[in-house]
Amino acid sequence: MVKISDFTPTSAVENIQRAIEKAKANEEYHALLSLTEERALERAKQVEAGEITGKLAGVPFVVKDNFLAFGAPTTAASKMLENFSAPLQSTAVEKLEAEGAICIGKANLDAFAHGGSTENSAFGPTKNAIDTTRVAGGSSGGSAVVTALDIVPFALGTDTGGSIRQPASFNGVVGVKPTYGTVSRYGVVAMASSTDTIGCMTTNVEDAELVMGIMAGRDERDMTTLLDFFVSSEVKPTQKIGLIKEFMTGDVDEDVRARTLEYAEKLRAAGHEVNEVSLPIVKHTLAMYYIIVPAEISSNLARYDGIRYGHRAEGVKTLAELYGKTRDEGFLTENKRRIMIGSYVLSSGFFDAYYQQAQKARTLLVNEFNELFSQYDALLGPVAPTPAFKLGENTEDPIKMYLADIMTVPASLAGLPALSIPAGQSETGLPIGIQLIGQRRSDAALFALVSSLEEK
Amino acid sequence: MTQISRDDVLHLAQLSSLQLADDEIDGLQADIANILGYVEQLGELNTDGVEPTYQVTDLENVWRDDKVIDYDISREQLLALSPESTNNAVKVPKVL
Repeated sequence: MVKISDFTPTSAVENIQRAIEKAKANEEYHALLSLTEERALERAKQVEAGEITGKLAGVPFVVKDNFLAFGAPTTAASKMLENFSAPLQSTAVEKLEAEGAICIGKANLDAFAHGGSTENSAFGPTKNAIDTTRVAGGSSGGSAVVTALDIVPFALGTDTGGSIRQPASFNGVVGVKPTYGTVSRYGVVAMASSTDTIGCMTTNVEDAELVMGIMAGRDERDMTTLLDFFVSSEVKPTQKIGLIKEFMTGDVDEDVRARTLEYAEKLRAAGHEVNEVSLPIVKHTLAMYYIIVPAEISSNLARYDGIRYGHRAEGVKTLAELYGKTRDEGFLTENKRRIMIGSYVLSSGFFDAYYQQAQKARTLLVNEFNELFSQYDALLGPVAPTPAFKLGENTEDPIKMYLADIMTVPASLAGLPALSIPAGQSETGLPIGIQLIGQRRSDAALFALVSSLEEK
Repeated sequence: MTQISRDDVLHLAQLSSLQLADDEIDGLQADIANILGYVEQLGELNTDGVEPTYQVTDLENVWRDDKVIDYDISREQLLALSPESTNNAVKVPKVL
């Protein structure tokens, strides 16, 4: 698989051309919504001329199409923003460009990142990189697939409840959901502000650490960003790892459990201690998530009103009609469902029973994690209960679709870093990932742990 | 199980500034009832005396200097994003 170090600045133009050709040759996957060919080639020439330098000089990458980036519209895979060309770039993209990286295109997603399969894109689903009858996972499905197909060595995604980790697992690549606040959210289409994180997909852990190190850090344009804590760490020789019991029940696919247990053995063989631990509240986290996140979505998506940018409905007489029709046309059913659930749980009379209760339950979750982290260095479990499911399998039943997030939402609600690491395949050859969850700001330690295993 | 009537759906749509097509209302009525039915399980949890966690940054009162930041974006660029503008202003239908 391609690595960042395969790309040298001296052959930037050729490398960028090759990546773009490869993207075009793989159109059947529908992983990309647009190519930023002209701008990419322009920048590649500047790299070759020595006008652009840096740690990633000439390295091609792809962004999920909810990052504002020049060279193509930022659609969030929605009709609402179909023709929206951003006047600025996200901090994450700016930082990568400052190191010479070259964005070649924008990846498909569930519209506004609402979904777990990339089937909710207004422009059609992305297909799994290994089996085109199956989903890419989501919402960062396109980013995972372009990485798995070796089109680029890394792609950016967003993870609000599993949207990087789950598609990474479904396509056999590394996925990083960092500690909340690691990377600036400035210039990224907001979903749920209290759990939105920016991360990446790569083919190996070293590249993931390099990319995250570049993107991390304080940004005055996003006051939730943390001061620099993201420095490489030495691996602690003997660590205590907790295998989360609730993620290993009989409901979980047998192959998924088997690969997870093998990874536990690998950790033991490297001298670490792995014990089963319990996180009893985990059974309620999906319920918390599907109150808190829709609430934040209903508020964040209020900005799409057809006035200042984005789609505007035609043939309306009053402002109220303009809002209503614009939003009806610009959003998909899943967007509407989440906005309306959010309106419900925030409305007077229901606020205490739903929203407030969910935020209190979130405290109980944080407390359970803290208690485990007083004894354990990291927690282990699968990323998702199954490998990639079939296209169309879960689209009729929102709750069934939501259940695919059951193992990823706990770290999101608690703001914890979590890595999705390829751990083999199912009997039928589908990729399976494991998840390592650390305490806040332990991102580099997680990378060090996984790297130490890969070297062996 | 939470009962959600068709009128409830229309009320939520109004709160959300969504003008729904008729054929979408039935589906949303069933979905919203199912989702609310699922999340109601949180009522089982004893949260007496538990403080809510609204954010997980572990940051408090983050300050910055009160200075103008140049975002390098012109008024013309921003107005150009609007579906309709005139005389340096965004145009909207009649409010009243």
